Amino acid sequence: MSDALSNQLLVVTVLAYLAAMIAYAAEFAFGNRGAVARAATRSRERELVGAGGPVLPDTPVVIESAPSGGRAALFGRFAVALTVVGYAAHLGTIVTRGLAANRVPWGNMYEFVLAVCFVGATAWLVLLARRPMVRPLGMFVTLALIVMLFVDAVRLYTAAGPLMPALNSYWLKIHVTAAVTASGVLLVGFVAAALTLIRMGYDDGKRWFPCSLGNRLPAAATLERLTFRVHAFAFPIWTFAIICGAIWAREAWTQYWSWDPKETWSFISWVIYAGYLHARATPSVKKTVATWIAVLGWATMMINLFAINLVVTGMHSYAGVK
Amino acid sequence: MSTVEAPPADRVDSGAPLPRGHGLGPWLVALARRAWRQLTSMRTALVLLFLLAVAAIPGSLLPQRNTKIEDVNQYLRTHGELGRTLDRFYLFDVFSSPWFSAIYLLLFVSLVGCLVPRLRDHVRALLRQPPDGPSRLDRMPAYVGGTGGDPEQFAALLRKRRFRVAVRGTTVSAEKGYLKESGNLLFHFALLAMLIGVAISSWYGWHGSRNIVAGRDGEICNTVPQYDDYGLGARVGPGDLPPFCVRLDRFEATYAPNGQPTAFRAHVHYSQGSSGTESPAEVQVNHPLRISGAGVYLLGHGYAPVIRYTDRFGKSQTSVQPFLNNDENLTGTGAAAFPDANIDPATGKQDPNDQIGFQGVYLPTMSSTDMTRGASLHPEERNPRLLLVAYKGNLGMDAGIPRSVYTLDESRIASGRLAKVAESKALRPGESLTLPDGSKVEFVGTRAFVTVTVRHDPGEMIVLGAAVFLLAGLLLSLWGKRRRIWLRVNGDRVDVGGLPRTDYPGFAAEFDEIVQAARKEGILR
Ligand code: HEM
Repeated sequence: MSDALSNQLLVVTVLAYLAAMIAYAAEFAFGNRGAVARAATRSRERELVGAGGPVLPDTPVVIESAPSGGRAALFGRFAVALTVVGYAAHLGTIVTRGLAANRVPWGNMYEFVLAVCFVGATAWLVLLARRPMVRPLGMFVTLALIVMLFVDAVRLYTAAGPLMPALNSYWLKIHVTAAVTASGVLLVGFVAAALTLIRMGYDDGKRWFPCSLGNRLPAAATLERLTFRVHAFAFPIWTFAIICGAIWAREAWTQYWSWDPKETWSFISWVIYAGYLHARATPSVKKTVATWIAVLGWATMMINLFAINLVVTGMHSYAGVK
Repeated sequence: MSTVEAPPADRVDSGAPLPRGHGLGPWLVALARRAWRQLTSMRTALVLLFLLAVAAIPGSLLPQRNTKIEDVNQYLRTHGELGRTLDRFYLFDVFSSPWFSAIYLLLFVSLVGCLVPRLRDHVRALLRQPPDGPSRLDRMPAYVGGTGGDPEQFAALLRKRRFRVAVRGTTVSAEKGYLKESGNLLFHFALLAMLIGVAISSWYGWHGSRNIVAGRDGEICNTVPQYDDYGLGARVGPGDLPPFCVRLDRFEATYAPNGQPTAFRAHVHYSQGSSGTESPAEVQVNHPLRISGAGVYLLGHGYAPVIRYTDRFGKSQTSVQPFLNNDENLTGTGAAAFPDANIDPATGKQDPNDQIGFQGVYLPTMSSTDMTRGASLHPEERNPRLLLVAYKGNLGMDAGIPRSVYTLDESRIASGRLAKVAESKALRPGESLTLPDGSKVEFVGTRAFVTVTVRHDPGEMIVLGAAVFLLAGLLLSLWGKRRRIWLRVNGDRVDVGGLPRTDYPGFAAEFDEIVQAARKEGILR
């Protein structure tokens, strides 16, 4: 089996995500700005008037209800359907790639980014199922996916081939799967953090782009909390990925840690995300500052993925990109 | 994540005025106390974390001595003054530099300073009964009022849900989720344990690397002089290395059609201690051989051409030296030196300028169409060819300076003390080249060699254990939820209040559920 089918499916994936993004954007543009705000107040009221139920006046509201109906919502539902189509094609891309190479399909950088985006899409769909209210963020999530997949296909593509012996270990499956999972979830965390900052900027009276998009976004407190929860989910996975990497390094390169550039940047990202969790737990640090640290964390992840793989050579030179 | 109450570590009041006019002593004590409080504050920890991240960056951009010493030397040669300046600031040894160490040591001091009081507070909280509720439960984030109520019954209900419960008269106080703080402390203490493991690794660990050529004569033993490159921990002497020897019998590599390797296998024999009994073993990438507490790792491989030189007096000598790989297709470059060539059998004397050396390039698979292509097309020996350049003169090997066996002395070639006397065409195994003086060099064939690193790391198990606890602590800490619930009976009136002490969006639901259960059991109406 050749990887031609996989490549064609990738085109389908990107096109479907693109269509989904346009539909999300249509919902975003046509949805009356009140929809979100109304939903916010409504859920607040629901909790306040809840028949004899508990009253939670002081905790920030986490909005659980779906966006209201109408034409905009139709676009929104359409967008979700397209995302699912893209997601199915995305899964197909990875599976056929694995069949073509006859191994786990994350042995080089092209496949790694493909898988990271897949986890990102999974995280997005799970989030969407659990909190339908986050749907207006879909435009940004699909945008991030499209950019990553496009760069991947154009810049990083490598034909399917066997693994080099250094990669031929069950630690590949464990370590890289964990790294892919953490990166994919952190991708969604980054989108949430960026939108939190946009919304916070809007609330501070900034009206220029991109803060001007803020009026259609969920409340800053909701987004900020979402950002935290996504990161709190991803951080232990990232930690686990690094630990597995160290165990593998001890088997393959003799030493559990040798400050290879990739290791160094994983460490930097880990420290920055730890900084984010600390900053968020420190009342004297503003939430804006903490959220910026999360964005910085994603920047270090991207440096690790692109700059370190393509520019600096280390023992991790498995990118396979010529 | 505590959003309701500030974590205890953050009680810094760096603004507290220093006492004045009480002499230097108290002033210094106050200053020290203030500095300590500042150092152990969460803000300082944050700043130090950032510094640590920033400090690591140059270590990833510049070559580092511990991993790529050759690149460092190359950088120093080509960058002159800039290189020397960078070196002065330890930029080629970032991770062992004083400034990097200072940052993480300060961070860990700050960590200890922060952990000790937190541990004390947490142990106290664990020993203590859940605290009494505030006077007005209706001010709590979760609240419901009603009538009825039997405190003991409510306490039993909460105990069943694994709350810690205290009943004081008509008030029930309950708390759950202590594991969150326990996990957080476990996590931070695991970080300390990890640092200790790393320190033990660097004090008591050692490693050495060497190319081993296949065959009995290629055997290496675990002693410092046998290694091309080695490192001993601060508390390790050359005599501390355990005695064992390793010999390569056969090396096997398999390749995909595109030349990409799929598996490497080194079949070896090893003997431990002074017993001399040999055991066979197989070493693979990702599957090191463990002997005497050390790991023997297969890190590379290549070919060592067997070169036989017959001098003009008819005496033959053979060189088997690894040729170092230039590329993935194992194009190798190397040298063969014959310092004892051309000794006149009549006098037993040698003209020191009559020594012979060869520099060579070995192509396991030479292109059969493009003979000018100086690189191998495939890592397997499908069309092996050796190109040799012969040099005559004084090799400079008696000078007592350790010299590379992988190249002749380039400076002697440049200064003409070694003169090029002949250049071969691409020799197949068995072919030979005759030099102008009638002597002859033959390319006999090749032997495989493997590059191994032997490493002993006594701290690694501590680091691994710490990593496991770290992860467990992290999960408990990040996903745990601490919350308190109170019930107070006031005559006919019952108030139930709840307080999530951490970020816990599901608290309302849990509280609701407890209230419903209490209603069902008739504790609350
Ligand atoms: C070696 C450097 C450190 C690292 C890598 C680190 C890492 C972390 C991480 C990842 C968390 C979030 C997980 C959790 O909530 O438990 C955390 C929480 C925390 N850390 Fe650290 N930490 C370090 C040093 C410190 C220091 C020096 C302090 C004290 C000043 C400190 C105090 C705390 C506190 C109080 C929390 C809990 C925050 C909360 O949940 O309320 N940490 N740490």
